[in-house]
Amino acid sequence: MDFGFSLSPSSHVKMDDVDLSTFNRLKETNPDINTCIACGSCNATCTAGQFTEMSFRRILLMLQRGKEDEAKKMIQRCMLCGKCTLVCPRGINIRRLLLDITR
Amino acid sequence: MKEKILIIGGGAAGMEAASQLYKMGLHPVIIEKSEALGGHIAQWDRLFPAFHPAKDVVEKMLDDVKGVDVRLETEVVDIQRDNNGFHAVLSNNEKLDVQAVVLATGFDVFKAERKQEYGYGIYNNVITNAELEQFFRTGKDERINHPKRIGFVHCVGARDVKVCNTYCSKVCCATALKQACEVKEVFPDAEVYTFYMDLRMFGPGYEDLYLKTQKDFDVKCVRGRVCEVSENMDGKLVIKAEDTLFGKPLKMTLDLLVLMCSMEKNKSINAIQQKLGVADNSDGFMQSKDTYLGMNETAQEGVFVAGACTAPKSLPDTIAEARAVAVEVFNYINR
Repeated sequence: MDFGFSLSPSSHVKMDDVDLSTFNRLKETNPDINTCIACGSCNATCTAGQFTEMSFRRILLMLQRGKEDEAKKMIQRCMLCGKCTLVCPRGINIRRLLLDITR
Repeated sequence: MKEKILIIGGGAAGMEAASQLYKMGLHPVIIEKSEALGGHIAQWDRLFPAFHPAKDVVEKMLDDVKGVDVRLETEVVDIQRDNNGFHAVLSNNEKLDVQAVVLATGFDVFKAERKQEYGYGIYNNVITNAELEQFFRTGKDERINHPKRIGFVHCVGARDVKVCNTYCSKVCCATALKQACEVKEVFPDAEVYTFYMDLRMFGPGYEDLYLKTQKDFDVKCVRGRVCEVSENMDGKLVIKAEDTLFGKPLKMTLDLLVLMCSMEKNKSINAIQQKLGVADNSDGFMQSKDTYLGMNETAQEGVFVAGACTAPKSLPDTIAEARAVAVEVFNYINR
């Protein structure tokens, strides 16, 4: 019997099931990634971010919350101009990281 | 003969340490390079968190050092030590023999030009926290001309590896919010925005100060770091930041931008510090002997430190340290 009701899937981040292998692989070659303070400088200066949803700050979070597919989709917006790397107050080599994620 | 103690620096730390040592019956000598005692605090208008006039504190401290030996417009040019103590040569050619040395040389305000992307020294309407304070004190600054929209940038020269300062400068959060209220008092029609990463309101009354900015002054706090400043055709500032809580990049025109510059070690003392054998820590400040039990001692016996020469510190921190260093020196003299 269909009463026209349905259950929405849970929007929780299921931390128990998160696969951190990509993030951990990146950490080995880029130990700085854990120093991000989410200040948003990378996004504020991002050429692609002005016109799209591109945000490196969020990509780092996505990788730590089991949203690797979303992260890889977002990276396609990046034009590798490297301005984010210039402004990052933590000295994170963002341009290289973006390349490493897709590798 | 009373034992002489050399106190280098006549700011809050030096004055308070000297007044305590004087009361203990020792003979402190303050060496101050400028023409007056008081240091940075004498240049400040009001103090966080309760908007207390800095002048009152300075006057009280000046009162407390009455009778203390002071050399103004004087620097230590050389210092040697032997078994009898330290032998200092001053810039007025005076020679001083002392039993202990207190480094109370404090801080320098971060040079805002070093963060070129903020346009200090390039655009007319970009000023520093110290300059705004000067404006509150004197009412004079040609760059501040009835601004309608004012922005504050936190962490300028702090938490920033690009300028080699990875530390938090501790007092800028509270200072920014204090100054945000004050600027609203002067220009009630102005909109005030602050751009922060974390608001570190750690002290007593500081969170109340934050609530005051929200309830009484309508200061708008945006979580994101300003990454670029430019100027438009009308001579107004255009800033870019990300509103990280909203998740979108943000662009805004401002009439005035205030940079919350961090504290750095006062480097004019480097030569003497080196002669005394006191090293720097990883933040470029002076290295204490121990983080917990030896904050005011150094690796060199008889050489002590107090105040912002070892790390960014608030005025109450500095005064507490100055009193602590007096006890350390007293115990060292009577060892």
